[in-house]
Amino acid sequence: MSESLLEVSNLHASYGSIEVLRGVSLHVVEGEVVSVIGSNGAGKSTTLMSISQVLVPRRGEVRFAGESLLGLRPDQVIQRGLVQVPEGRRVFARMTVLENLSMGAYLRTNPADVTRDLKRVYDLFPLLGERGSQSAGTLSGGEQQMLAIGRALMSRPRLLMMDEPSMGIAPILVSRIFAAIRQLNSDGLTVLLVEQNARAALGLSKRGYVLETGSVGFEGPSADLLNDPRIRSAYLGD
Amino acid sequence: MLDLDVFLQQLITGLSNGMIIALIAIGYTMVYGIIELINFAHGDVFMLGAFLALTLVGALGIEAWGPSGQVAGVAVLLVGSALFCGSLNWSLDRCAYRSLRKSSKLSLLVSAIGCSFICMNLGLFWGGVPMEVFAGGNAAAAPKDFPALIPQVNLLGDGFLRITPADLLVWAVTIPLMIGLTIMVKRTRLGRAMRAVAQDPVAASLMGIPVDRVIGATFFIGGALGGFASVVYSLYNNTIGFQMGTRAGMDAFTAAVLGGIGSLPGAVLGGLTIGCVRAMSDQYLELRWTNTIVFCILVLILIFRPNGLLGATRREKV
Repeated sequence: MSESLLEVSNLHASYGSIEVLRGVSLHVVEGEVVSVIGSNGAGKSTTLMSISQVLVPRRGEVRFAGESLLGLRPDQVIQRGLVQVPEGRRVFARMTVLENLSMGAYLRTNPADVTRDLKRVYDLFPLLGERGSQSAGTLSGGEQQMLAIGRALMSRPRLLMMDEPSMGIAPILVSRIFAAIRQLNSDGLTVLLVEQNARAALGLSKRGYVLETGSVGFEGPSADLLNDPRIRSAYLGD
Repeated sequence: MLDLDVFLQQLITGLSNGMIIALIAIGYTMVYGIIELINFAHGDVFMLGAFLALTLVGALGIEAWGPSGQVAGVAVLLVGSALFCGSLNWSLDRCAYRSLRKSSKLSLLVSAIGCSFICMNLGLFWGGVPMEVFAGGNAAAAPKDFPALIPQVNLLGDGFLRITPADLLVWAVTIPLMIGLTIMVKRTRLGRAMRAVAQDPVAASLMGIPVDRVIGATFFIGGALGGFASVVYSLYNNTIGFQMGTRAGMDAFTAAVLGGIGSLPGAVLGGLTIGCVRAMSDQYLELRWTNTIVFCILVLILIFRPNGLLGATRREKV
């Protein structure tokens, strides 16, 4: 197996006394799209929050580009190029679209690079360019998702973790967002995609993990997961 | 009978005091906007700023600097108290609030009340320091005279109304600070980060914003504004005491709630309103009713319009 960009091993995490993760292990190789599927409450978002160090893990190890992330602050994790698009988009509703994008570039120091990346985001989602001075709270759900992705891209991630980008979004926009993820990956971005929409996620990724009550139940190539009868009945509605 | 010149005179006094209250109220509202804490120690940080200013007056002998030197002296006091109060407020956050970020809001509030007591007692000790400006430290709890470094002449000559250089000082200090703060919050990187943290600290941290450092900066700025306010207050009212933070704090807190807590323009509007209400109550009712009236405003606002005057239509935090 080639060297992983992200290596999560035996991750345990709790909210208060409620144990949510009970030993999650997964890895992502540079250039891959990897999906994590699972039902509500399986610990998908908690996994991402623990990787980002927003939630401090109880036990286990998270390594990114060979370096342990444990003990770092979330902003230090972002600085290393591991960026998350959080569940529910969490755009800054009372700031403009452009201000939201500039928050994504908070740690960037070279204005010329930032301007170039802003143009790339506008190329990917032209709608954001048209709405630059509009308050983010007035955008539709799908538009906010585009903004959330664009905002994360402004920090120039090496690995982008996306938490349920299809949640609560009109189907037409879901396919546009998935097309954007595909394009970003073909441009070289590594993606860890967390989804309840298992069919769409596995259709996009090369490998996948199925999270069940805080640990990995199944893992393997996406095609195998899509054909596994147990997964088909539990997660694909067959 | 309502005498017009008496009314106008009270209006001038009310607006000047109101600007000072507004400057303190901004400290409450910024901190509330960013971590939803009423920083009860803020009024006492303001009080300690006034004590530092009086100490500097005595230690540097500013009274003897002559008329033009005293202007420079006032500048020294402003900068000194602002840095001191900013650092003190930052330290309170660092030592007493930061470790409670994930605890209940009540723990944070209790911690703030504790900080208020500690600061007030520091003021009581400080007032007992045997310095000549403190009347030799004879009575630590006694109100102290703050020297009139700004001449008390009437700029309007022998007119009915009286506007003194102290009034001008209040406006010359507070208005630029408020404009500067507004621009800072709207346009600068730190200001945007403060607004982002106020709206969603988790999302802000996922953008790489060092949330605790931004909160610390907010405490520093809020405290520094309190420091500026303390010097202006002392020069305007010429009396300070270790309990002054309680009343100023209540006025400013009421102003912040009245304007809509979390709102910067609300804090200014609330401050001016409370300043004028105080002045009018002093003139047309009786001095002893003034605090009661301010407190009634606070209670009524909390019952009938908890979002404040500007809170409902405009909820721009920080």
